[in-house]
Order: sequence, then C-alpha cells, then structure tokens
Amino acid sequence: MRKLNRNDILLITVITAAALLIAVLLLMSGRKGTCAEIYVDGILKAEYILTDDREVEIKGYNGGSNILIIKDGAAYMREASCPDKLCIHQGKISRSGQAIVCLPNRVVIKINDSEGGDYDAITR
Amino acid sequence: MMRSRADKNASVKVAYIAVLTALSAVTGYVELLIPVNIFGIPGVKLGLANIVSLIALYTMGPVYAFGIMTARVILLGLMFGNVYSVLFSFAGGTLSIIVMLILKNSGGFTIYGVSAAGGVSHNMGQLIIAFITLGGLKLYYYAPVLIIAGEICGLFVGALSSVIIDRGIFNKEGKGNDRIFKGDC
Repeated sequence: MRKLNRNDILLITVITAAALLIAVLLLMSGRKGTCAEIYVDGILKAEYILTDDREVEIKGYNGGSNILIIKDGAAYMREASCPDKLCIHQGKISRSGQAIVCLPNRVVIKINDSEGGDYDAITR
Repeated sequence: MMRSRADKNASVKVAYIAVLTALSAVTGYVELLIPVNIFGIPGVKLGLANIVSLIALYTMGPVYAFGIMTARVILLGLMFGNVYSVLFSFAGGTLSIIVMLILKNSGGFTIYGVSAAGGVSHNMGQLIIAFITLGGLKLYYYAPVLIIAGEICGLFVGALSSVIIDRGIFNKEGKGNDRIFKGDC
C-alpha cells in the first residue's frame, strides 16, 4: 500500500478548510428570525413574537399535543404526546427558515422574519 | 489463417472493459444495499463504484474510465433508478473523472489525493444538478457535509483502489497483460 505524499495532505487540508469555511459562512449568514409560526396539518394556527417568552400548548392532529417554549429569542419543544419525541430532539431554532417538525401530530413550527421570509406571497 | 495481433488485443481489451463494467455495476448495486447514515443525511453513499473508475483511469486511460462510468450509470439507472438518478450520477461521475484526470496528470498527487478530489467533485456535480433541477431549495446548506463526506469516502476508495492496482490484476505491469493497454489512450 502506498503512502500519501505532501501534496495529498495539502489537498485534503485545503478541502477540509474550504468545507468548514463554507459551513461557518452559511451559519453566520442566516438571518435572525422574529416570529414563530405554528402550523397544524398545514394550516397556520398562530404566530408568536420570539422576543416575548411564553409557553404554548399546541393541539395537534388526532388529539395529540405538543408544548412549545419560546425563550430568549429561540423556540423549542418541551413535551410531545408522540412516542418518538423527534421534535424535542430537534432542539432550539431561532434563525429565519429553520423549522421543528412533529409528524405524528402534524405540527410544524417555522421561524420567520418580519420581511416575510423566502416568498413574496403564497396562494392556496 | 492466424488472427492478427491487433484483433486479439482488441478482443482482450473488449473483455477487460466488459469485466470492469460488470464490476462497476455490481459494486454500484452492492452499495445501494449498505445504508450509510454516519453523516446524518440520506443518500450519502460510499462511492465504491468509483474504485472501478480509478482502476480504469490508472490502467487503461480516461476514455475507458469515462465509457465504463457511462455504461454503469445507464445500467443501474435502467435497473433501479429513473431519469433523474441517471442525470445525477452521470453529472457526478463525469465531473469526478475530469477532476481526477487533471490531478493524476499533474503528477503531484498519489491515488489518495486523486480519489479524495474525485469523491468531492462527484458530490459537487450532483449538488450542481440538484440546484439546477430543483432550483429554489436551499441545497447549498448541504455543501459542507457533502464535501467532507466525499473527501472521507474518496480516501477510503483510494486506499482500496491502490491495493487492487498494486496486485496487478488490472495493471498494465501485471503478469501476462503487459501489452494490452499500451498506446492509444
């Protein structure tokens, strides 16, 4: 088996550094969100300003429920009636475009900013 | 009447291309069966089929590597995929062979560096096609993960290919087939 030479190691370092740089730039570029939108079964149920701390109980599809916490400009799920608790593990969201999804209860929490996010308008 | 040497060489060449194409298709199929979820996103593959591209590139030449890759993409696409998967694989495969050829011919890199760059460019080729066909989605967020994944898998593939090439099975320095792949490509 052959060994890596100096150019290989240089190339690998450069590629890794480039990937990390892109990751950092992408993370920095996300705009801070202002608003958490709560969707149940695709329908917008409520909107809350992220700057006001609060606790919200969300009545999900088919009798399920989730408890959403808004604190220090970020939103996260504290409790969920579903068995897998994936939405809780999705952690805190605060940047525009981020989302927490709870599939069993058909609940989606989306962070938006005041400029209206990615779309000018949505027709249904 | 004896067949000319050129004819014999041509048929041996065809046989080698067929063997490599079959190997490439099989490795491509086998890696569909291995779920790789270490990077947390679905669809990341080891890129084992790239072993064959590397072997072809190092022992036969770029034209053969490209032809074998194209055949694999079409075969796997017809059997397990659809138009989009063919398009994605072809874009990734083509870009990776071009990048690997440039690095190999530059002479400064071993098979590890060539393969790592091939893995990264394969993923970038797919990302570019995804960006064009599924425009509007924020797919560039996947770029860092895909770059690192391609790099690690590429190094792994490079190590495997290096072992296989050194065994001389497909090598132009290998026993008995030293005159097969000389010349044109």
